[in-house]
Amino acid sequence: MAAAAAIDVQDLCHWYGSGSMRRQVLQGVNLRVAAGEVVLLTGPSGCGKTTLLTLVGALRQVQQGSVRVLGQDLQGAGRRERQQLRRSIGMIFQGHNLLRCLTAEQNVQMGSDLLPGLSYRVRRDQAREWLRAVGLGDQLNKLPHDLSGGQKQRVAIARALAARPRLLLADEPTAALDSKTGREVVELLQRLAREQGCAVLMVTHDPRILDIADRLVRMEDGQLSEAEPMGLVTSG
Amino acid sequence: MSLEPVRAQPLTVQRWLAGLWQRRGIPLSLLLLTRQPVRLAVALAGISFAGILMFMQLGFRDGLFDASVTIHRLFDADLVLISPRSTSSVSMAGFPKRRLVQAMAAPEVEGITPVHWNLLLWRNPETRGTRSILTLGFEPNDPLFTDPSLAPKARLLTQKGRVLFDEQSRPEFGPVASWFKAGRTVESEIAGKRVRVAGLVGLGTSFGADGNLLTSSETFLELLPNTPPGSIEVGLIRLKPGSDPAAVAKRLQTQLPSDVTVLTKQGFIDFEQNYWRTSTSIGFIFTLGAAMGFVVGCVIVYQVLYSDVSDHLPEYATLMAMGYNLISLLGVVAREGLLLAAFGYLPAYAAGQGLYLLVRSATQLPVFMDTTRAVTVFTMILVMCMASAGLAMRRLADADPAEIF
Repeated sequence: MAAAAAIDVQDLCHWYGSGSMRRQVLQGVNLRVAAGEVVLLTGPSGCGKTTLLTLVGALRQVQQGSVRVLGQDLQGAGRRERQQLRRSIGMIFQGHNLLRCLTAEQNVQMGSDLLPGLSYRVRRDQAREWLRAVGLGDQLNKLPHDLSGGQKQRVAIARALAARPRLLLADEPTAALDSKTGREVVELLQRLAREQGCAVLMVTHDPRILDIADRLVRMEDGQLSEAEPMGLVTSG
Repeated sequence: MSLEPVRAQPLTVQRWLAGLWQRRGIPLSLLLLTRQPVRLAVALAGISFAGILMFMQLGFRDGLFDASVTIHRLFDADLVLISPRSTSSVSMAGFPKRRLVQAMAAPEVEGITPVHWNLLLWRNPETRGTRSILTLGFEPNDPLFTDPSLAPKARLLTQKGRVLFDEQSRPEFGPVASWFKAGRTVESEIAGKRVRVAGLVGLGTSFGADGNLLTSSETFLELLPNTPPGSIEVGLIRLKPGSDPAAVAKRLQTQLPSDVTVLTKQGFIDFEQNYWRTSTSIGFIFTLGAAMGFVVGCVIVYQVLYSDVSDHLPEYATLMAMGYNLISLLGVVAREGLLLAAFGYLPAYAAGQGLYLLVRSATQLPVFMDTTRAVTVFTMILVMCMASAGLAMRRLADADPAEIF
């Protein structure tokens, strides 16, 4: 079980700034996410959730403590190792962050283009398949500009999953959506991730979507604690 | 059997190309450019403008240098004798004709033509205004130009006071050609003496001469009675087939006294071009003009690419977060530069052709789109775009994937 953990964080500390401006944002964080597990991370803003996400996502250099993601130790990992690892991590952002000059299909293919050894046609067909899976099979050739917020976020999910990640990180994916659309998007995300056996770590403020999680963790002042799912039934 | 390996070769190349084709991704650079038509139009306008400027400036420069030797190219000669005091076609000094005769002693020499060369004042028969015209005097029976059509006309010069007028001379010399073709007897004055046009030749204007006139040595000396006896300005030497002009020139130079310089025909052409290149600011001015075009183009392409990268910085950061490496993103910008160079060159080339046509008809300068210049300008545009792309790439270093969460 330990070897199969998607995320294994131990005694992680992180600081921003230097000298007298130096401020500690993470104070001995411990977190373990098993393969295929869906974990939601909540907490007040500014408590370090996003910092944790960027460290786990290999976007930032680890300062102190141990971070193992998909079996790889990120302590002291170089730029190139982190970039390689990121290919196995799907990321979904608050904003959709789609490429404005690409159609929905091309945006998703930017994800499947990361897969080695597949012909252009196969990668394109996969991109289409993913768009159908998120319910946008009829919007293939639309530019992000012409899609609604929910549709854009669904394209972003398709793009993240098209690279066949084993871990999906999401930072408030419902922030820019109304509650109904947000709920739909997150359910879709959870269902597809489960089908792929892909672990999910999602930061959210949205109390309406907490029930999709296997487990809930709460962060406060740079420290994590297991949270009760507030009376809601956990899935699975 | 033996055909097998030969056939295998293209197949592997094909397979390799097919492999590359299969491995291709989304053409991000192309889409970045084409989905922002206004930005693309600005970039292409800038590049084309720079390209046109370079085409024009370099075209003028080369055209002027080329034009300076219009006459020089026509001579039927392997070696040319000139005075060391001559600096260019507009200031040819005399040397003893005897030197040319002495050169005949060399076994390789087949024939010689002494040529008088000077700028004389021609009176426009219509407006009576005067203008200097390049006048060449030679023995009408001697070969002068490689063009065989001259010989029958040259015979007309045996009569005293007759000249052959270059119909490509600038119009300021008067409607000589049209009058002559209309059957009129065209007479005018050169250096105050009356001459009659016996025929027309097509030579072309050059840098130093707006028009050309051919006449016999006898008439020439009559027009310029102060010419020292036995003095000529240019001596043409024709060698027997198979001899090496450079070697003969070298030997003659050592054998003849130092009051004469022996040049090959190409050396004679270079001598003239070198004057305009080094002793005037023409080369500098036009090269500077081309450099200005280059700099302006650089600034425009850099601006366009820099703002393009800046505008898409969050998207580049997203791609990095997805696992694309910096190299592949730098490649996107580099390919944008490459595409801009290719797309921007085509209109510049087309406009260059059109403008050269315009220049040729307006100035009679021999400005043509030659391959060297076409390649030079493309190289300049390529360097311009790639250098700008290289500078714009530095902006990519600011794409921090950690910032986009």
